[in-house]
Amino acid sequence: MEHFFLYSAIALTIIIAIPMVRVVKGPTLFDRILATNAIATKTIVLICLTGYIYGRIDMFIDITLAYAILGFLGSLVIAKYLSSYKMRRKRQREQP
Amino acid sequence: MIQSILSILFIVLGIAFILMGSIGILRLPDFYTRSHAASKSDTLGIIFVIGGLIVHEGFTQSSLKLLFIILFIALANPIGTHALARAAIRKGIKPLLYKRSSEEDNG
Repeated sequence: MEHFFLYSAIALTIIIAIPMVRVVKGPTLFDRILATNAIATKTIVLICLTGYIYGRIDMFIDITLAYAILGFLGSLVIAKYLSSYKMRRKRQREQP
Repeated sequence: MIQSILSILFIVLGIAFILMGSIGILRLPDFYTRSHAASKSDTLGIIFVIGGLIVHEGFTQSSLKLLFIILFIALANPIGTHALARAAIRKGIKPLLYKRSSEEDNG
C-alpha cells in the first residue's frame, strides 16, 4: 500500500507542473493568480500523501490544515485588493 | 482487503479528476472558462482523494481531521475562485463571446 501512495504522489507531482505553464505565460494577472491557487490546492493532497508515505499522518495533517487556511486567505486577500476602490480609480485614470 | 481496493479506486478516480482540471487550466481559451475548470473538477478530485485516504485510515482521530479538511476545501475553493472572477469582472476583463458593443458600466 505504501508503494501505491508513493506512485500516486509522483503522479500528482507531475500533474502540479502543468498549471505552472499557465503561471508563466498567462495573458492577464488573474490567470496567474488562478493557476497559483490551483497549485496550492493540489499541494494539500500532496502533503497528505507524504504523511502516509512516512507513516506519520498525525503530524502532517496539522501542517495540511494550516497550509489550506493560509492558501485560501492569500487568494481571497489578493482578489479583494484587485477589486478595491483605489485600483478601480487607477484604471479609470489610465483610460479616460 | 475490500478496504484497500475501495481506497485505491477512490484515489485513482480523484487523481484522474485533478489531471482533467489541470489540462483544462492549460487548454481553455478564456479566463472565465479556466476558472470553471480550476474550481469544480479540482474540488471533486480533492474530495475523492482524501475520501480514499479516510477509507484507508478507518475510524481514528486523523480521519476526523481529514473530514474537516474535506469540508474546508469544499467551502474555500469555490469561494476563492468566485472572488477572483468577481474581481476580474470589476477590473473589466470581457468574456470571450462578449458581443454587445455598448459601453455599459460593468461593476
